[in-house]
Amino acid sequence: MSQLALVIDLNVCVGCHACVTSCKEWNTSGTAGYLADMNPFSKDPTGTFFNRVQTFEVGNFPNTETVHFPKSCLHCEDPPCVPVCPTGASYKREADGIVLVDYDKCIGCKYCSWACPYGVRELDEHQKVMKKCTLCVDRIYDESLPENERKPACVMACPTNARLFGDVNDPDSEAAQAIRERGGYQLMPEWGTRPANHYLPRRKTRITIHEDELIRADNPLYKERQLPMPDADDPTLDETTSW
Amino acid sequence: MHPAFSVIFLTTLIGAGQGLFLALYTGQLYSVFKVLPVQDSADFYALGSLIAVLLLLAGLFSSFFHLGHPERAWRSAACWRTSWLSREVLTLPTFMGAVAVYGLIHYLGWNPVLYSFRDTFDIDLSLVIGAGASLLGFTLFLCTGMIYACIKQLQEWATPLTVVNYTLLGSASGFLLATAFAAWQGSELTEFFGGWAILMTVIAFITRTASLIRNARIKYKTSLETAIGIRHARIEQKSQGFMCGSFNTREYFHGAPQHIFRLIKWSFLVLVFPIPLLLVSIGLSANALGLLIAAFLVQYLGLLLERWFFFAQANHPQNLYYQTVG
Ligand code: SF4
Ligand code: SF4
Ligand code: SF4
Repeated sequence: MSQLALVIDLNVCVGCHACVTSCKEWNTSGTAGYLADMNPFSKDPTGTFFNRVQTFEVGNFPNTETVHFPKSCLHCEDPPCVPVCPTGASYKREADGIVLVDYDKCIGCKYCSWACPYGVRELDEHQKVMKKCTLCVDRIYDESLPENERKPACVMACPTNARLFGDVNDPDSEAAQAIRERGGYQLMPEWGTRPANHYLPRRKTRITIHEDELIRADNPLYKERQLPMPDADDPTLDETTSW
Repeated sequence: MHPAFSVIFLTTLIGAGQGLFLALYTGQLYSVFKVLPVQDSADFYALGSLIAVLLLLAGLFSSFFHLGHPERAWRSAACWRTSWLSREVLTLPTFMGAVAVYGLIHYLGWNPVLYSFRDTFDIDLSLVIGAGASLLGFTLFLCTGMIYACIKQLQEWATPLTVVNYTLLGSASGFLLATAFAAWQGSELTEFFGGWAILMTVIAFITRTASLIRNARIKYKTSLETAIGIRHARIEQKSQGFMCGSFNTREYFHGAPQHIFRLIKWSFLVLVFPIPLLLVSIGLSANALGLLIAAFLVQYLGLLLERWFFFAQANHPQNLYYQTVG
């Protein structure tokens, strides 16, 4: 069975928030109604978002690293938000593993948001129903879009290609390959939610060079002194010719 | 978590209602076995049931304020197979109905004896209905407690003590109310109810303290390391990604300063346990109705604070993602 998901590459995310704004733009324009913003132009504005980019600092100065960390619903394979829902409004699709909320059934009790360990569900203050990332279910199957645009809005917007989209259960998909080959991992494995979204870690390319790799300490002929040793102040043969 | 007044009133009101009914039924059960004198059907059982139903109705009413779409509340009966919230939504009205029927039978006197055991113990209709209603009452305590206890990552709640405390605190408050009610009715059951109320308050004190001690020693399974998946002892959030509030910053933080938080804890410990115990003991020995009513009211006030603290103390792992505005 397929399980669509995002794979987010922390190694190249630059924290530009393009995925945040494109997600908001796409999802606030959809048929399911807008993502409400309350007090947008006055004190304490607040709004519904499906995706956020946060920033963390890892390590002690001067050995610190800044990590930009995008966070949206992880479309868990064992989603704790689904069984707790009293109305069945929260559900996981059999066919592609997307976790969705039926806005016409949701009573706004917020219980699913308590059960999700990741804090990715938000109650829409205007519509009074629970909302969350839909994996752009209204884009990815839309045949009126050109085929290369049938991807989530956030994936399309990312300038560094830090967001990969695909079926993580299909071993040949770009997403599954990235997880396999580039150390993809899941958030909070301790709660057994088996998130479908994975993160690719930061990487550093380092090579280790030892001192004896810089001087020819292991030249066997030199070592065994089979050839006449030149005087100390004579030019060595190494400098003029080679053995 | 952010304590919602709707849920605080819901759980405390229905707890008292459930406890009151359980008290009435226990009284009736004892009288069948001739341990206690029989009470007047209409004045005692019917009126008592009416009070219990009113408490349950008030709780139900307050729960609607928690919902974004109360007009769709009927939909929440759908998923009783998986959801404790759905189970509670089904059990509450069923229990309420059973208590109402129990009261009505007593009021109208439609209480035929179904079975007579050795011509001494009469099993009548109300006893059978009451047994079913008691079962529903306990199921309701179980459902209410499990709503919270089943969420694994809210580690303060994920313990059997949560169910135990909901049951004992609700019962204690209901039996206290029954004590005052019986005293008002001039019933001989006052001391019987009072004794049970004292016993349950004492046991609830032990179990609630046990959960406080447990929660003070919790080792959280989630840290920033597992939350963002980077293994390093020092990770600090520099930005949560937005400046003003969001659902995430409102729903999961209680927002009270540390000294208020602590004050509420000590206030509920004093108001729920020692003061009502003192009042009910004096009230029983002096046969003072006022003190018995005060005992119930003081404990109810304490239970409101207890429930506030119950919610505020639970620490959701998502809070790790919302530590710094930026
Ligand atoms: S991330 Fe949260 S909301 Fe999304 S599927 Fe998992 S538990 Fe549900
Ligand atoms: S997949 Fe769509 S809904 Fe989900 S975060 Fe990306 S843009 Fe937003
Ligand atoms: S658009 Fe891409 S690079 Fe920018 S914050 Fe989003 S994921 Fe990171």
